[in-house]
Order: sequence, then structure tokens, then C-alpha cells
Amino acid sequence: MAETITAPVKIEPPESDEVAEPDPPWIVIVWNDPVNLMSYVTWVFQKLFGYPRTKAEKLMMDVHTKGKAVVSSGTREKAEFDVSRLHAHGLWATMQKDV
Amino acid sequence: MARDDPVRRMRGGMFELRLDAGERDVLRGLPDQLRSLIEDEDPSSDPAMARLYPPAYLDDPIRNLEFEEMAGDDLTRGRLAAIERMKATVDAERLSEDDLLAWLSVSNDLRLVLGTRLEITEEPSDAEFPPQDPRAGAFALYAYLTWLVDAIVQALSA
Repeated sequence: MAETITAPVKIEPPESDEVAEPDPPWIVIVWNDPVNLMSYVTWVFQKLFGYPRTKAEKLMMDVHTKGKAVVSSGTREKAEFDVSRLHAHGLWATMQKDV
Repeated sequence: MARDDPVRRMRGGMFELRLDAGERDVLRGLPDQLRSLIEDEDPSSDPAMARLYPPAYLDDPIRNLEFEEMAGDDLTRGRLAAIERMKATVDAERLSEDDLLAWLSVSNDLRLVLGTRLEITEEPSDAEFPPQDPRAGAFALYAYLTWLVDAIVQALSA
């Protein structure tokens, strides 16, 4: 798959001398679905994120039993990149701000 | 179909694929079926396509549109490349890892399509799709691809 093209970033002028609060990170969520196999989902988490098998299995079980799991986090660009890779592997992934 | 090791990792990074002629004949037509769906159908009107191209943002249509513009073409390009690679190797007995990943991509995409069309549940059973049911053929293919995807994942993880 090709690399994600970075979207243009709007630069906001600083409002004061105060140090800005860092933006809350974006989180990537994988949702449960009845089709993807547990073995396949575990393998995808290992392949895309380099997670050890135990961590990948725990995340997969969270998706399976709780309906969803946070699988990665970071800047909006990183989250979009991860979501696009998860979609390319057929997983049902979304992203949102971690509030 | 309970056979051991239909896909096996070999020394040197290649994979051995042990499928009979009947299975190859079934698999031969699948890449083009997926291609037709991707090229002819639209996620806004076809639930199976919507499953292949899900939204990235649950409540933000504007950002979703931007995301689709950014990532949608790459997603389609990746799928079409996998389709071509599987077509080119459908009779091969030895596959490179990239070939096998293409088979996995096409097979799993088709499971998503069939699963959506059949409104599959977490634990589907043959009893839900008896032989006289017009959906029985599609369910048999779904079950076969389930077996194949699991076999490929086991070989890649070995």
C-alpha cells in the first residue's frame, strides 16, 4: 500500500505567551464484527503494529468480548494512517479524539 | 474439509499450497468477481461495498469525505493489485509471501462481501443454510474461504 499523503495543516497563531496544552491524542478503535476470524485479527495486529502475540491476542479478545478495543494512538495523521491500513485488511476501524 | 496443512511455510521463505483441481477451479473465478464489485458498485448504495470501505470518523461527514479522498484510491489500488496477483498465481503450487498475502487479501475481502450479503452471525451453522436454500451455495463458498483464510494465517504465523 502506498504511503499516506499528509494533509495540509492549518497553523493557528499563538494567542499568548502561555505554553499551549498539547492536543489530546487521537485513538484508533477496532470494532467487533461477525466475519473476521479471531486468528486473522490477531495476525493483523501483530503485522501492522509489531505487537507481541500476547498483546495482539488480548486486544483481539477485547474486540471480541467487549465489542471494541483501542489499538493505537498518536497524531491525527498517524491515526488516519493506521485506520487506512486496518481498512486495507478488512477490519472495521474508526478514529476519534481521546477525551 | 478437514485436511492438514493445505498451506505450509517452506525453507527459503516460500509457501507450499496443496489444493486440488476442483478447488483451483472455484478460486479461479473469484478475483474477477471481487474486481467487478469494486469497479461497479458504490459504498453508498451497496452494504458489501460499505463494509470494504468503512468510514474513519463515526460522526464527522466532512472529515470522512477528506479521508476518502486521501485514502480511498490507495485502498482500491491495493485491492486491485492483490486481485491481479492472485489471478496470476491461481494454479501455482509454490507462492512467495507477497503472493500469499494477495490470496489472503482477496479471500478475506470476499468473506466480508459474502458475510454481509448473507447477514452472517458470530457462529453461523449449516442448519441456517439448508441445501434447498438459494443462499446455500454462497454459504458453502463462505465456509470454504473461512477455512482457507485460517490456513493461510496459520502458515504465515508459523
